[in-house]
Amino acid sequence: MGVEQKLGNMGIVTAKLEDVVNWARTKAMWPMLFGLACCAIEMMAAQAANYDMSRFGMELMRASPRQSDLMIVAGRVSRKMAPVLRRLYDQMPDPKWVIAMGDCSSCGGVFNNYAIVPGVDEVVPVDVYVAGCPPRPEGLIHGILTLHEKVRGQKLPDWA
Amino acid sequence: MGEHLHKAVQALQERFNATVSEFRDEVSVFLLPDQIVEACKALRDEFEFEMLEDETAVDYWPEETPRFHIVYHIYSYKHNERICLRVPLNGNSPSIPTIEGVYPNANWYEREVWDMFGIHYEGHSDLRRILMPHDWEGHPLRKDYPLGHEEIMFSFNFDEINARKRYATE
Repeated sequence: MGVEQKLGNMGIVTAKLEDVVNWARTKAMWPMLFGLACCAIEMMAAQAANYDMSRFGMELMRASPRQSDLMIVAGRVSRKMAPVLRRLYDQMPDPKWVIAMGDCSSCGGVFNNYAIVPGVDEVVPVDVYVAGCPPRPEGLIHGILTLHEKVRGQKLPDWA
Repeated sequence: MGEHLHKAVQALQERFNATVSEFRDEVSVFLLPDQIVEACKALRDEFEFEMLEDETAVDYWPEETPRFHIVYHIYSYKHNERICLRVPLNGNSPSIPTIEGVYPNANWYEREVWDMFGIHYEGHSDLRRILMPHDWEGHPLRKDYPLGHEEIMFSFNFDEINARKRYATE
């Protein structure tokens, strides 16, 4: 059931604008090249050949926040790092999404002390939380696919 | 205790009336705050202890009354020997002369001790926080510093905390 079957003879396909835009967004969602702790190792593993996130249109980890759509907060966020993280988030162009990868960035994890922010959702708005310490690459990819599902469900008024 | 170390410890004992304790071949010499610069100078210039390996502090609150101990680990390359100097300090805002003039690398160690324990170093050239944000209040490694900042969410208290938790917005 490919596109070519719908094309007919006219070379035209009709679709809802929402579907097309959301399709485009999910198929090329570039994450930011940015890791804070041990979760970043698993993020790299998810990016590498065995798991290969480029299957989901994420082959490019952009080293600049201005070119990225997705922030994967991989690791614990210290209170000194929190303003830096927020600044990176503010520099990303809309539309932008955040995945809190692992227990530490989701809720503080094993840390309960003065230095670690208990949950990065106090600093940036989080779309998907991925549990695990650290999550396996499958876990991260599941989180990314969950985010794709969320993006596909977005409606026109959500963008405005 | 090696022969060279023994000589050094004996000299410190005689000059500064210091007490010495030995535990599993590690020698600690207890000194007073105003003796520390002279002691370090003597160790460096006369006994070839060239390197300050570490400088840190311990907080014994509330068990002991000289609340803080400042600990100096000094190493001799030439003789492969280590000596530990300890300076007990009382009170909640203690101060001690800096040994930056003897061992320059004490600069950052002393900034760290200031940051974490709030011990003031007299004569330090650049006493700022080194690890914590510059506007931080309090000194986190003191034993009377509160542990966690926020209550951790579990399933049994999720609703209660979630109701008052401030989430970030765009």
